[in-house]
Amino acid sequence: MTDNKKNFNITFYLLIVPVLIWLIFMIVIPHAELLISSFQVEDDLGDMVFSFGNYIEFFTQKIYWLTFVKTAAYSIGVTLLAFIIAFPIAFYLTKVTSKKNAAFLMLLLLIPLWVGELVTVYGWMVLLGDHGVINSFLITTGIINEPLNMLYTNFSMVIGLLYMSMLFMVIPVMSTLQSMDDSLIEAACDLGASKWDIFTKIIIPYSMPGITSGAIIVFMLVIGDYLAPNLLGGKNSLWFTEQIYNNFLTTFNWNEGAAFGFLLLMLSSGIIWLALKLSGQKLDKVGS
Amino acid sequence: MIRSLPTSSLYRIGYRLYVFLFFTFLLMPLVAISVLAFNDSNFISLPWNGFTLDWFFSATDERQGLFNDEELMASIVTSLSTGFFVAAMSTLVGTLAALLFEEEQFRLKGLLYFLALAPLVIPGVILGISILLTATAAGNHIENTFDLDVELFRPSYWLVILGQFSFAATYVMLLVSARLKKFDRTLEEAALSLKATRLEAIWYVTIPFLRPAIIGAFVVSFILSFSNINTTIFLIGSDPTLPIDLYSRIRFSSTPVLNAVSFLIVLTISGLAIINLFANRSNK
Repeated sequence: MTDNKKNFNITFYLLIVPVLIWLIFMIVIPHAELLISSFQVEDDLGDMVFSFGNYIEFFTQKIYWLTFVKTAAYSIGVTLLAFIIAFPIAFYLTKVTSKKNAAFLMLLLLIPLWVGELVTVYGWMVLLGDHGVINSFLITTGIINEPLNMLYTNFSMVIGLLYMSMLFMVIPVMSTLQSMDDSLIEAACDLGASKWDIFTKIIIPYSMPGITSGAIIVFMLVIGDYLAPNLLGGKNSLWFTEQIYNNFLTTFNWNEGAAFGFLLLMLSSGIIWLALKLSGQKLDKVGS
Repeated sequence: MIRSLPTSSLYRIGYRLYVFLFFTFLLMPLVAISVLAFNDSNFISLPWNGFTLDWFFSATDERQGLFNDEELMASIVTSLSTGFFVAAMSTLVGTLAALLFEEEQFRLKGLLYFLALAPLVIPGVILGISILLTATAAGNHIENTFDLDVELFRPSYWLVILGQFSFAATYVMLLVSARLKKFDRTLEEAALSLKATRLEAIWYVTIPFLRPAIIGAFVVSFILSFSNINTTIFLIGSDPTLPIDLYSRIRFSSTPVLNAVSFLIVLTISGLAIINLFANRSNK
């Protein structure tokens, strides 16, 4: 028995040691370092000293906190739009069309996801440009004479953000709808409920766990995105991640970048925490 | 409304039209880049000038095809090998994490599980900068105390692998855990009562059951690595991965060779997706 007990212990350590190395060295220490660096500035002698300077800079420079607020507002807006666009698709795939059709459409749905954001953002640049596919098509067919200015605007940025994130709304909503018993809808219909009532009083409440998971993932992806604002957005479409990139890769002010990074982390986890509280969900449900 | 209920034809047609428009929106960018990869033109735009394979095979100064572009080929190789190491490491650690959290009871389990899920809600940018800051601080410390310059602690090939591993392991853990939840624990207990050690029981009973999920997780973490840019861009050293190379080309010098690369990616992914569809079908 003691022998067996010892075995259990060895297995336990074999499992936990690699996991601890991963979590401590790749997650805990880096984020502690991020927090520490954000409170450091270089003094006149070139030494690193403790200071609130990086955060004071953020709150006193209008462009920084305005970008911060704008990024948060746009991210919430895109998350809402993603819900409105994706929900009917998730419903169609689980409840309306045949299983065989649904499997094929799921395949089409997953391809853009797997292809990666860079290729699809590039695809939108090719489509929306002044000499892009959409403009040439509209001009050749005579619908318009002058090219529409679509690329490098907030419009193209939102398209890009929606495109790369809305699939993450479809998938979790589909998995909750799959477990929904159709007879709930049939019963409501037999009792004379209108489509709108069935939708708002039965289907939406039932799929709330999926909607929350989807909303959290979409929001996180959008607020942390860099490619769509950078390549599709215009001069006025500044995104907060771009400020962080500039600090790290252009001006090399890493400590200010760390402060901005920490603020972004606080913002995204704050809003996610709020969403979890309001919907009464736990983080581990989001992953599954 | 649903399959079993009658609906008005207007509602049905409207709904189908919406679904059709949605999928058009979804596939439009992929179709556009793929088609323009074969356009006989030096610009990435219409009109259609006829079919050509120049952007894959040509070797002239004006048109350098994908397969003759040494820089692009090198970045593809970098991405493939990075993806392989990331997938191998995160599949190993993610599977161990799934076994740990599903089968073991220990103190601070809740906290560790929370940390393991954290990469799901930490923007990739933040992971990138915090790993860069830590590696640089560690590298400086080692250089000052031991007078050693360790490549791992500077932006480099291996730092990219570590950075991508840090979040890919979470996805592996979730995929493997999902299958482990369906595992009949009595099989492991039977092995134990037949005098197998715990380790043997896991290796000969649990792991074979998990194999499809482990293979799937390997592919998923490879794809995550292959397409990642948010974390990678901070950690990159002298050899860029494919997305980083493409990104700088898109910003500074686009030619239709970008479409040729994108087309190959779309083709590979579609192939994988179709294999996946048929594999799932034959499982059921």
